[in-house]
Amino acid sequence: MIAFLRNTWRGLTSMRTALVLLFLLALAAMPGALLPQRSLNAAKVAEYIAAHGWWGRLLDRLQFYDVYSSVWFSAVYVLLFVSLVGCLVPRTFEYVKSLRAKPVITPRNLSRLPHHTRSTVEHGVDEVLTEARTRLRGWRIAEHDEGGGARSISAERGYLRETGNLVFHFAMLGLVVALALGKMYNYEGQVIVLANGKEFCNSGTLSYDSFRPGLRVDGTDLTPFCVKVNGFSARYLPNGQAESFVADVEYQSGPDLESGTWRPYRLAVNDPLRTAGDRVYLLGHGYAPTFTVTFPDGQRRTSTIQWQPVDQVTLLSAGANKLDRPGVTDPAESRQTQLAITGLLAPTAVFRGTLLDSGFPDLLNPAVAVDVLRGDLGLNSGRSQSIFEVDRSMVDRGRLSRVARANLKPGQEIRLDDGTTVRFDRVEQWVSLQVSHDPTQVWVLAFALLLIAGLGTSLVVKRRRLWVRATPAASADDQGRTVVEVGGLARTDRAGYGEQFDRLAAELVRRKES
Amino acid sequence: MPVNEALSTYSDWTYGAAVAIYVLAMVFHFVEQAMQRTTAPAEAEVLVGAGGPELDGRHRDVAVPPRSRPGRAERFGRMAVSATVLGALVHLASLVLRGLAAERVPWGNMYEFGSVLCLGAVATWLVLLRRFPVRHLGGFVLAPIALLMFLGGTVLYTAAAPVQPALQSYWLVIHVFTVATSSGALLVPGVASLLYLIKVNPDRFARLAPRLPGAETLDRVAYRITIMAFPAYTLAIIFGAIWAEAAWGRFWGWDPKETCAFVAWVVYAAYLHSRATAGWRGSRAAAINTLGFAVMVFNLFFINLVISGLHSYAGLG
Ligand code: HEM
Repeated sequence: MIAFLRNTWRGLTSMRTALVLLFLLALAAMPGALLPQRSLNAAKVAEYIAAHGWWGRLLDRLQFYDVYSSVWFSAVYVLLFVSLVGCLVPRTFEYVKSLRAKPVITPRNLSRLPHHTRSTVEHGVDEVLTEARTRLRGWRIAEHDEGGGARSISAERGYLRETGNLVFHFAMLGLVVALALGKMYNYEGQVIVLANGKEFCNSGTLSYDSFRPGLRVDGTDLTPFCVKVNGFSARYLPNGQAESFVADVEYQSGPDLESGTWRPYRLAVNDPLRTAGDRVYLLGHGYAPTFTVTFPDGQRRTSTIQWQPVDQVTLLSAGANKLDRPGVTDPAESRQTQLAITGLLAPTAVFRGTLLDSGFPDLLNPAVAVDVLRGDLGLNSGRSQSIFEVDRSMVDRGRLSRVARANLKPGQEIRLDDGTTVRFDRVEQWVSLQVSHDPTQVWVLAFALLLIAGLGTSLVVKRRRLWVRATPAASADDQGRTVVEVGGLARTDRAGYGEQFDRLAAELVRRKES
Repeated sequence: MPVNEALSTYSDWTYGAAVAIYVLAMVFHFVEQAMQRTTAPAEAEVLVGAGGPELDGRHRDVAVPPRSRPGRAERFGRMAVSATVLGALVHLASLVLRGLAAERVPWGNMYEFGSVLCLGAVATWLVLLRRFPVRHLGGFVLAPIALLMFLGGTVLYTAAAPVQPALQSYWLVIHVFTVATSSGALLVPGVASLLYLIKVNPDRFARLAPRLPGAETLDRVAYRITIMAFPAYTLAIIFGAIWAEAAWGRFWGWDPKETCAFVAWVVYAAYLHSRATAGWRGSRAAAINTLGFAVMVFNLFFINLVISGLHSYAGLG
């Protein structure tokens, strides 16, 4: 049993397993680039499944649309993580030991080494060694007395390589841990805010249109701050391509909340507002028409609601303003008098016959093409409904019916059969904001920088060994001369060591000959 | 931000000229190779007559020892290198002109990205050429570059224009530049590794294999450049994450482009590991490196053109 565990552990932490796991990781990550993913676009996934029948459903069952939270992807990276730990622990011990280790003893036969020179110089052994020591500054050196007057130096450099390598792998470990913690404690929420002075406060998940909490976030203690959107402006090139988006906002957080101080900020793409440990992003924008309905009894209702762009280039938008008749308290009567104004909005109207289209994304010449529906909107039915549409089933069931249809420009109105008028007043802008919270992302960044530092070091530094042996010349007429042998070995990436060795070896000898 | 039409046109011309010069250089390289084989006997006489040293080894990767009158093949080789340098200068001019025309850095869409990538590859190749005797690789390195540039200039061509708001950031300058140049640099090891696989299979590639530099050289070249380009690529991904944090609200979101970059990165990490793993050096390492570059190319073309994600280069925009 123990043997089995040990073998498994050895197998798991071997270099070859790491290699195979790296491959598996690459392979497992790939489907996420090729198939639609729920985390990015759930609608696309549904579409894909519908279009691919049993095959689409099978992929769904195998978690191919949630690759990065799938069992198999997690399995691979957890194994890799374990393998990494298992590989780093012994290497760290060895590394610590090697910090104090001396360069290995000079081999008996230096001529066996990949690099080798041998020459005779006019100096004594001691001078040769002294000279060698100064030449080998920066190398770790050990001297050996080899008997018979011969002495040698073993030298090694490039220990930093292992340091860099360990730093790199540890940084990767840290990065994975920071990522995992981030997944626990992050949250991300999106909300649409009218850019006419409306406010948004990060007070709870209900303030958002959509909210995605981390595994350990329940939305009860979001850091409080508020944002007020005072205006939005977009600039476009003549071809309709956007040139800049800027939202003019004010915000308050921390003590400002108590004192009621608002601080201005120019919120733009690439320029999020960072406050209270959260970030606020400008994600998108669109238009919100304002309608005023005047009922026969003289009561008025004004409604401004965001409509949704249906064409991302021209910003032709669709939506529905829904309202109750004021003063109606009887539910049954209410269900007959609710109104919806629904249809299309064009920021720059172009009419094809009577069909409204948009010719440009900017608000140059707005118009709407709307149906006015009256009856039961189904708001009290308990079913949730989209703010951008009326509930079509109410129309189908005859509970909601069209009472007018018209193309309107700002200021124009239509009169309904009962004398109610619906006026199209103007168009407001809305912005969609994203609030993101990720307490560990600075850690991720720190580890990433550490990672790159370690990587750079370990790939630039090369480990080299060099030995110098000085032996008194043997024959009688060589009295006072010394045989100098130099041997060299590149422990990593041999490329380039040849020339470097030759230069060093030549220097070691040349000086002494002069 | 108006676009200067004249400068933009000059930029297009110089781009075309650079492609033509690269193609010429590539042809010179291949002529050199062809002549060295087909004219070997004739040239041998010349060389002997000129008092040249032993002939064998001449067609190795070591350049022919300098002599007063280089052989004809040798002259083609040198012309090829000169042409490549000229091509790189013209190429650089085309990028500078485009930058001036659009009043921004010239890497704001896929066409420009490809151009910078190729210049990165050529620059890497020229630096390599100074340090290693690998001129015989020239044609093989220039061929994919010329092809990429041709495709870039025809299929992906985009008129000079300002970039959309999401790209208006100094991170565009930093991130896209590092991605383009490091990817370009990785092209060279990709080619060297592919040739390595050919070289060590002389049975299957009887005609080509003997003309390539030694397997050892190919392997070393691939490794040396990869260890320079890999950290750069890593840095480029980190820059991308920093930018994504500012632009999209999260530093990593498994956008298809990000995913593919991650996969390529892991493959290159596997390459570096394989060089330190018994039984995986040599052919397997070379295959992994080739695969790494294949993923890069896939990321550039397939992901951009077929699967568009958040990365706004997509759709040739
Ligand atoms: C989590 C995934 C891993 C990645 C992305 C990764 C990446 C890398 C990279 C890029 C290098 C080359 C740079 C350098 O030398 O610092 C490297 C080297 C190395 N890695 Fe990893 N590694 C991973 C896991 C592992 C594991 C699990 C082991 C242990 C079996 C390991 C052992 C090594 C060793 C020994 C080297 C040095 C190779 C040499 O001397 O050239 N790595 N790794």
